[in-house]
Amino acid sequence: MSQKKVVGTSAVRIDGLDKVTGAARYVDDLDFGPGLLHAAVATSPHAHARIRKIDTSAAERAPGVVRVVTGKDCPHKFGLYMQDRDIFPRDRVRFVGEQVAAVVAETPEAALRAVRLIRVDYEPLPAVLSLGEALRKDAVLIHPDLGRYQRVPWFFPRAGTNIAHWRKTRKGDVEKGFRQADFILEDTYTVPRYAHCPLETHAVTGLFDLSGRLTLWASSQSPFAQRGVMAVALKPFGLSHQDIRIITPYVGGGFGGKAGVSMEIIGAVLAIAMKGRPVRLHWTREQEFMNTSQRQGVVARVKMGVKKSGEIVALEHTLHWDAGASAEYGANVVNAVGLSATGPYRIPNVKIDSVCVYTNMPPCGAYRGFGYSEFHFGLESHMTRIARAIGMDPVKIRKVNAIREGDTLAYGAEMNPGDLEGALDKVARAIRWGRKEKARPHKAIGKAVACFWKAPAMPPNASSAAYLKFNEDGSMNLAVSGMEIGQGFLTVMAQVASEVLTVPVGKIRVETPDTDRNAYEWQTVGSHVTWSCGNAVRAAAEEVKGKLIATVARAKRLKAADLYLDAECVKSRKDKKLALPFRDFVIDGIMRPDGRFVGGPIHGTGMFMPEFTSALGDPETSQGGHPNVHYTVGSAGVVLEVDKETGKLTVLKAALAVDVGQVINPELVKGQIVGGILQGLATALYEDIRYAPDGRLLNPNFTDYKIPTTLDCPLEIVPIMLETPQPDGPFGARGVGEHTMIAAAPNIADAIDDAVGIRLKTMPLTAEKVALALHGIEYDDVKGDNLGFCFRGRPCDYPFDTGGAS
Amino acid sequence: MQEISIRLNGETRRVAVAPNETLLDVLRGRLGIKTPKEGCGRGDCGACTVLLDGKAVRSCLILAIETDGQSVTTLEGVGKEGPTALQQAFVKQNVFQCGFCAPGVVLAASALLAENPQPGEHEVREALAGNLCRCTGYEPIVKAVLSVAKKTPRRKPATRRKRS
Repeated sequence: MSQKKVVGTSAVRIDGLDKVTGAARYVDDLDFGPGLLHAAVATSPHAHARIRKIDTSAAERAPGVVRVVTGKDCPHKFGLYMQDRDIFPRDRVRFVGEQVAAVVAETPEAALRAVRLIRVDYEPLPAVLSLGEALRKDAVLIHPDLGRYQRVPWFFPRAGTNIAHWRKTRKGDVEKGFRQADFILEDTYTVPRYAHCPLETHAVTGLFDLSGRLTLWASSQSPFAQRGVMAVALKPFGLSHQDIRIITPYVGGGFGGKAGVSMEIIGAVLAIAMKGRPVRLHWTREQEFMNTSQRQGVVARVKMGVKKSGEIVALEHTLHWDAGASAEYGANVVNAVGLSATGPYRIPNVKIDSVCVYTNMPPCGAYRGFGYSEFHFGLESHMTRIARAIGMDPVKIRKVNAIREGDTLAYGAEMNPGDLEGALDKVARAIRWGRKEKARPHKAIGKAVACFWKAPAMPPNASSAAYLKFNEDGSMNLAVSGMEIGQGFLTVMAQVASEVLTVPVGKIRVETPDTDRNAYEWQTVGSHVTWSCGNAVRAAAEEVKGKLIATVARAKRLKAADLYLDAECVKSRKDKKLALPFRDFVIDGIMRPDGRFVGGPIHGTGMFMPEFTSALGDPETSQGGHPNVHYTVGSAGVVLEVDKETGKLTVLKAALAVDVGQVINPELVKGQIVGGILQGLATALYEDIRYAPDGRLLNPNFTDYKIPTTLDCPLEIVPIMLETPQPDGPFGARGVGEHTMIAAAPNIADAIDDAVGIRLKTMPLTAEKVALALHGIEYDDVKGDNLGFCFRGRPCDYPFDTGGAS
Repeated sequence: MQEISIRLNGETRRVAVAPNETLLDVLRGRLGIKTPKEGCGRGDCGACTVLLDGKAVRSCLILAIETDGQSVTTLEGVGKEGPTALQQAFVKQNVFQCGFCAPGVVLAASALLAENPQPGEHEVREALAGNLCRCTGYEPIVKAVLSVAKKTPRRKPATRRKRS
């Protein structure tokens, strides 16, 4: 491979000008003319209730109302990995905020007014609002039909319980391992729910045209997955893939919340009900919090045994997840963690139980990090605590156990390349690890270093494809269906094509997806599109390159082996004067001396599927499959100032090193690091979700659910990139996106401990908690009923009663 | 309904509005102005920021009827003759990610630079504290604004960012 020219450079984003001039259009910016109808939904005030009757007559008579839709009109369930979610529930509601009916009207105001006229007769049922309640032997069942739901083969729901999935991983013999240990630490960590908070709320406009074609303009990370889910759920309406078209313009942030399907399917059925007229459904910020998906809460019990040398000999990691009312996506988060909750460490004896539990709380799903942020909080806190307990340096204990290429993972597969030890060294240096910083009066300064890893969680046949074509002026169009959710996907794909073809990035247009016109992409999740779609684009570009050379070889009667691409020309190693600019022949061909033309429009296609993966491991041990494609590893550290009077926490410095395999665009990787660190710190320091005892979300807005502003950032951030190539990645690249927020919470917990000797084990790690602890008050004693998550009763009712199932 | 007349991006526009309609809804729904975004509808996020007689305001908190006779600038009215120095810096430095906050940030930063061409880091952070961004971590935004400020002739000494 010759020197790379475009890959590895900070090319200017191809969507940059669109976004700063306002040319960028998001779903709700599209105009549909005066025929556009507006929808609003009526929602459940109960966490769990039987629906006796829905009276829509007053709403139907209200001025401006065209149609009212309820579960009677679409009695179907849907879901990405398991069909357990109602489009509109008919018999029972399962969380506060669940949609029970929708009004379609001529104006948004008319729709909102009419929604208030819908009368639903509910019979309240006992609500299951904590893991303890959900796991009792005599628990109220949230999904009595669980055993009958369609699901993927790697989910193991327990019919007759509230357990939607249970992933078990077993390696070695943990009991033997613990007997060999010189030191064992066992403790429980709790992580509440979090909300994604993209600046753009979910929005969809649907048109079921008179020919029977359904088109949805959706704010989504997953146009093809949406089409797939809808083709299954809407089959009773006579629709299949060919009848459904999803168009996704720019999306105003996703973070996992716009993966899969949530409210879009409501838009779809409303459009079907209103054949011939477009229908718009736009979530308010409150609805965005309550009825899309949240990040699951988790109670994690970590038991780890180590030798005096720091070597980990056994890990027992038991995680109970609050999935909410639907686990159609969240159960796969649970699954991913069940496979990877060793963290990036070589551990001979492992027992992981990752249990997905239904509750009457809002549904949860994918969230940047896909469960890894949640389990790293406990695991990495534990690593530091164990190091301190055995008198070892927390960086050293991580290096002793750091996973390396070729190590056997907990489920039996081999670890891919990645320089975790290098990352640790670089972070330690960046925060001057080991050096005590001088604190200002009434402040203390603490430091922390943690490791992280993450693999994309995807079905074994998740794939990507790409179409690439030339225009007359030598510019190109690249049609892929990875979503530009801000990470810079379009630019990176252009860079990959540019590297192969020498066409400048600025001459390659990459548009956002349209399932009719663009090539297939499973979903833009798991930080995997740079890798997966990058491979597809590279293959398409290689095909184009072959055609460029073949065309010139044929027209000029030259040997293809002597030709190469340079500066948008086909050139010859044999004849230095030969330089045919692409623009001269990529559409119109090349004229031969006799006036005939050779060639024609040049285009290429590419595809990629990781054919080495398999989800079919043994259900009792997870041995035997190859569920993950690869892990991206790295390390992060902070220097934290703690105000000893108020508990206020100020991050003086944050450093993060991640092994991305090959940097394709340094500025974009840096963007992921800086943005991810702040999102991670937000979950640690600021975001504090609160529920009332009846299951109502109390703070579904940015006044009460705080996300950081310009004034809440670390004073200094040090982004560090390592490059240990991924053999099957485009130019050696691996994904980076989610990884950058994973270590933030354990970093803060460890740094608080280092600074003032307080160990917090329940997130978030707010100034309030620190101040209370500094005054000798345990936060758990004063927080009252609105815990912010579903672990009422102290997280500590351990072990949960799991109905005899184990 | 009452007709109001506003100077919108340099052009006089007349539109009939109901007394309870927000400026944001009238701009987006009636006047074809789509760059102010609705992110929260209650003044928390700043995505709907517009300039009202040069001052950055949240158009979701302003009734359209109040703006009669005033000048409203949205991103559509900025850089009509090509991107401004600020917009160019934002593009060149790959600042924005999803871009949904960008219209509000560009307007809030433009208003700041118009009033104070040489703000210090803390002033930039203060001026943009009402514009939420979930992607970037803010650092690239602040740096880009400061890079534009640096190129502007000095008027008053810049203040340093303080620990808050």
